[in-house]
Amino acid sequence: MPRAAHIYRLGVKELWSLARDPAMLALIAYTFTGAIYISATAMPETLHHAPIAIVDEDLSPLSARLTRAFFLPRFNEPAMIQVSDVDAGMDHGTYTFALDIPPDFQRDVLAGRTPALQLSVDATRMSQAFTGSGYIRMMVSTEIDDFVRRHRSLDPAPVELALRTRFNPNLEHSWFGALMEVLNNVTMLSIVLTGAALIREREHGTIEHLLVMPVTPAEIMLAKVWSMGLVVLAAAAFALVVVVQGVLHVPIEGSLLLFLTGAVLHVFATTSLGIFMATVARSMPQFGMLAVLILLPLQLLSGNATPRESMPGFLQTLMEASPTTHFVLVGQAILFRGAGLSVVWPSFLALAAIGTVLFAISLNRFRKTINQMS
Amino acid sequence: MTLSPPAPPPRPAPVARLADVGLRYRRKVALEDITLDLPSDCVVGLIGPDGVGKSSLLALLAGARAVQKGSVQTLGGDMAQARHRQLVCHRIANMPQGLGRNLYATLSVEENLQFVARSFGHNAAEHRRRIDRLSQRTGLFPFLSRPAGKLSGGMKQKLGLCCALIHDPDLLILDEPTTGVDPLARVQFWELIGEIRTERPGMSVIVATATLEEALRFDWLVAMDAGRVLATGTPRALLEQHDSPSLEEAFVALLPEARRREHRAVSLAPAPPRDEKAVAIEATELTMRFGDFVAVDHVSFRILRGEIFGFIGSNGCGKSTTMKMLTGLLPPSGGHASLFGTPVNAADLATRRRVGYMSQGFSLYSELTVRQNLVLHAHLFQVPKADIPARVDALIQRFGLEGRSAALPDTLPLGMRQRLSLAVATVHQPELLILDEPTSGVDPIARDSLWHLMIDLARQDQVTIFISTHFMNEAERCDRVALMHSGRVLVTQVPAELKRRRHVATLEDAFIGYLREADGAVASTPAKGSVPDPAPVPLPTSAPQSTPPTRARTAPIRPPRVRFSPARAWSCCLRETLELRRDPVRGTLALLGTALLMLVVGYGISLDVENLTFAVLDRDETQLSRNYALNLSGSRYFVERPAIEDDASMDRRMRSGELALALEIPEGFARDAGRGGPVAIGAWVDGSMPRRAETVRAYVQGMHEGWLLEQAQHRQSSGRATGLARIETRFRYNPDVRSLPAMVPAVIPMLLLMIPAMLAALSVVREKELGSIINLYVTPVTRAEFLLGKQLPYIVLAMLNFALMTLLSITWFGVPVKGSLPTLTLGALLFVMFSTGYGLLASTFTRSQIAALFVTLLGTMIPAVQFAGMLNPVSSLEGAAAWIGRVYPASHFLTISRGVFSKALGWSQLASSFWPLALSVPVILTLSIILLRKQES
Repeated sequence: MPRAAHIYRLGVKELWSLARDPAMLALIAYTFTGAIYISATAMPETLHHAPIAIVDEDLSPLSARLTRAFFLPRFNEPAMIQVSDVDAGMDHGTYTFALDIPPDFQRDVLAGRTPALQLSVDATRMSQAFTGSGYIRMMVSTEIDDFVRRHRSLDPAPVELALRTRFNPNLEHSWFGALMEVLNNVTMLSIVLTGAALIREREHGTIEHLLVMPVTPAEIMLAKVWSMGLVVLAAAAFALVVVVQGVLHVPIEGSLLLFLTGAVLHVFATTSLGIFMATVARSMPQFGMLAVLILLPLQLLSGNATPRESMPGFLQTLMEASPTTHFVLVGQAILFRGAGLSVVWPSFLALAAIGTVLFAISLNRFRKTINQMS
Repeated sequence: MTLSPPAPPPRPAPVARLADVGLRYRRKVALEDITLDLPSDCVVGLIGPDGVGKSSLLALLAGARAVQKGSVQTLGGDMAQARHRQLVCHRIANMPQGLGRNLYATLSVEENLQFVARSFGHNAAEHRRRIDRLSQRTGLFPFLSRPAGKLSGGMKQKLGLCCALIHDPDLLILDEPTTGVDPLARVQFWELIGEIRTERPGMSVIVATATLEEALRFDWLVAMDAGRVLATGTPRALLEQHDSPSLEEAFVALLPEARRREHRAVSLAPAPPRDEKAVAIEATELTMRFGDFVAVDHVSFRILRGEIFGFIGSNGCGKSTTMKMLTGLLPPSGGHASLFGTPVNAADLATRRRVGYMSQGFSLYSELTVRQNLVLHAHLFQVPKADIPARVDALIQRFGLEGRSAALPDTLPLGMRQRLSLAVATVHQPELLILDEPTSGVDPIARDSLWHLMIDLARQDQVTIFISTHFMNEAERCDRVALMHSGRVLVTQVPAELKRRRHVATLEDAFIGYLREADGAVASTPAKGSVPDPAPVPLPTSAPQSTPPTRARTAPIRPPRVRFSPARAWSCCLRETLELRRDPVRGTLALLGTALLMLVVGYGISLDVENLTFAVLDRDETQLSRNYALNLSGSRYFVERPAIEDDASMDRRMRSGELALALEIPEGFARDAGRGGPVAIGAWVDGSMPRRAETVRAYVQGMHEGWLLEQAQHRQSSGRATGLARIETRFRYNPDVRSLPAMVPAVIPMLLLMIPAMLAALSVVREKELGSIINLYVTPVTRAEFLLGKQLPYIVLAMLNFALMTLLSITWFGVPVKGSLPTLTLGALLFVMFSTGYGLLASTFTRSQIAALFVTLLGTMIPAVQFAGMLNPVSSLEGAAAWIGRVYPASHFLTISRGVFSKALGWSQLASSFWPLALSVPVILTLSIILLRKQES
């Protein structure tokens, strides 16, 4: 039966250990300040300096007008090239887009013959290809409309589309980058800190020391879970209030307290996972390699980098078992969309269930392997 | 006692001269003002406890450590000069401290010897001859195929010696060669050295030892303390000078007055009569098996209350394992143990409160202060809260820790740290103390002070003490001792009685007698866990070239001075390959890791935006409004959800993330649209994921236009804006704009950068951590040979990975190679030469494996993902990022990979990307070779 006094004492010991480990402190400080700042500011806008080439076979006022329509920061200054250069430039990846304006284009437009422009898109550049081509189409048709309008009148479109974006009206990538980095780092640090704390004990031989004392494995494990979890939560709260809101001026829609409650459940699961990994790895380097192999899938497939719905079905099902998936749901719903408990409670339940299972598995494994650790 | 002037060298040319040598590690002084001539052609001993600078001095002599201050001359040349070191390393053999530190544990005896032999040149036949001769000589011949890690301590030392002697050195440097081996193996080791010296009288030997008993055999001694030389001279001279019966006492007499004052000779009060029935520990047929290795083999003994019971034996003979079974740390595989009459049970917390345990090596929390450690342990042992401050104060006083209670343990001297450990072990006033080698490495004065405390505990507080030790004089102080050897207890007896029974003068001789007996008995029954050291084979008649008639010094093996020897590089390569093949963890990471990560990243960084959920708030509910919604739900990008009833539910469903898009069609939509407008459809996009939102907007806009066009054609009206010009969009290379064909060719460069770099980085840093890097420092292997030899297996492994990933791409992901596969393969080859080179570069300046992992990850992941054009083309980058993107080889290989995979290109179109790639390889390798050190700094 775990005793609160032991768990408290051993947890305080963990905090002291952490306080005297400059490398870990530096890692915590960096991940919750610098790393967040960088991923917020370095997150590029989708169409940013997109390289485009134009083949102007018309050399008319209209073609010149179209060429002028592409400017920084969305597009690099268009490279004026010959038809024969298009393939080489696209092959080498110098341009993502190449727009070919055919001869007599202006004349044909004005004559109402509906001539065709050729737009070549390097579709291996997924990030620019789709949005960029849509943007180019829209821009080109607006320019042509305006040009023609000076010559004759046009009917307005009968039905307009009023597109509005909620929660991030200007679609600023930095909002997304900053908040997702917080979620990522909560997961990463809670696993790494707890795992490293156990491996450090093992490498220093102190685990052996604990085992000859009247202390149970459950107490040892719970002490690490609460102390390391507390550190991560405090750092995350600091990052959200000071770095995200204060420095980066990213608004947080929902209740910080509710988010932190969700984070408590998540951290319970991930610290247990950290303990489990530390019982599998035999040394710090092995733990490092294991962490790379486990963290990358947990993070990338959780839906915080790209939307889950575009992943294969079996992966979506598999990732239901990962705490990160539910944590990302909770984080996005509360931080971006201002959702309340009435919306996020299913994810809270899932996190609690996953945490309980992970804790039970880890404790079981910790009990079994603890003797071989000394 | 002042520093004695360098004694007149007994022979004309000293083998080494040190003048005013100083050495410091950061702020810690290791050596100070050492001026010393070491005589040649004899055995010179450096004596003193751990941490006084013996190893540092030897490392300077061997050239393994860079000279900081003063001058070091070995074999007639200045060791500060690289040229002399390169020349002289053929004549020096170095055996570093720690059992088998310079050996490769997973390699067999034969492979270890072959590696060292190849480092020094010679041909294969000569290697064979020398290996056979030395291994027969040392009795290792029958075990040539056994992995070095599975040898007993004594055999490891013999293997280390074989490795050292394989090139017929003129100077043999041995750093604590007999620490941790049993007395018999120690005697055999020195007999062997003696025989080799008769065979090669011109060979000088310099030995460091902390075991003063064995130093009596040496010809000349240097006594050291705290980085300084206390005295030099023959053992006899040192003994006579201080009129001491033993070197240990002579050593204490040499120490400065202040240190000596703390010292009191240890005397053991006679043991009080004991109740034979009051048993503290009873072990019956205790057995421990690890796999098929029997660590503890049917051990039985009984320790009475209040007794000091000693446990003697070599490292790895089973002492620690037995102690761990008694504390409940290890459940025994057979037999049983009881403490105070109750069976040992790991789950029984009550017995733990009666036992104090001090494990081998310091194992307290180095992050907590002395007082914090004591308080924490008092709490955990449930000492009543009110008693804790008084108890802790009393312990601090009793164990001589006053004034240091706020210090961190790492800042204390070793002797004081061990006193702290003992204090912690007794914080709950246990009835039994189990102490596992509490005095190893501690200087004689500190050792004696620890013994005072232990004897005090035993005799005053009636605490039973069960202690293991290497030191014979400590064994003498025990009430009874048990001698353990390869898992069995050979004898348990009162020390004096042991000597009497074997008719010998010292306890050591008594033990040697028992060990010889045991080995004789075991030799007839082989197939045991630990193999005995067989008796040395008589010296075979040596070939003339092995014992040159002239002194070896005048005719050293002088290989041609080549800058780069392919044979030595190949030797490094072979060794690395063998090690890699026998390391399951790195092997698994290397092969399965890439496959797993490729699957994860391929699917995870998916830029496809599909299955977008949307719902409609249709306030019009006409055929036209339903037609508009149908336009969306018919596409492969959108999935329709149940209709929205009102504004509130729209808000809730968008907040929960259920809907990526909500459409609102106003009342009278069909009517107004029929009249030719104006009418507006509201579309709300969830902006929480900006990239997804942008795509949704583009889709919705495109579909809206399409719908308008369709309606227009339907009504056959003309002259609309959309009819002015057509834009024909060609999505080249990936017509469906799917993420996988775009991402897979980009993931391959990323993983070919990250994983090979990580593995290569670990390979060098691992050697630094394990200590085998010393083979680079003291053998003729050059830095280029070492690095290139190590790199080759990882290049092969990385190409294997490349083949695996290409196969995975074609079969699992269905992304075919459209262009020239040979071009892609050549690009991959150059690229992995770069990435493994990057790993080597990272390993030149990191010290621990975890740091190497971190640096490599930082240096590969971020540039590969952010700057190499994986997500955003290099031509879109600005400033420093653009510069990195253009220079970084990953960008160029990405161009090649995408070009061949997606764009069906070949050599002629991609040639311009090859040159920077090809250039990067020599640049990174030269840089790593320059930065790698051939000496410890």
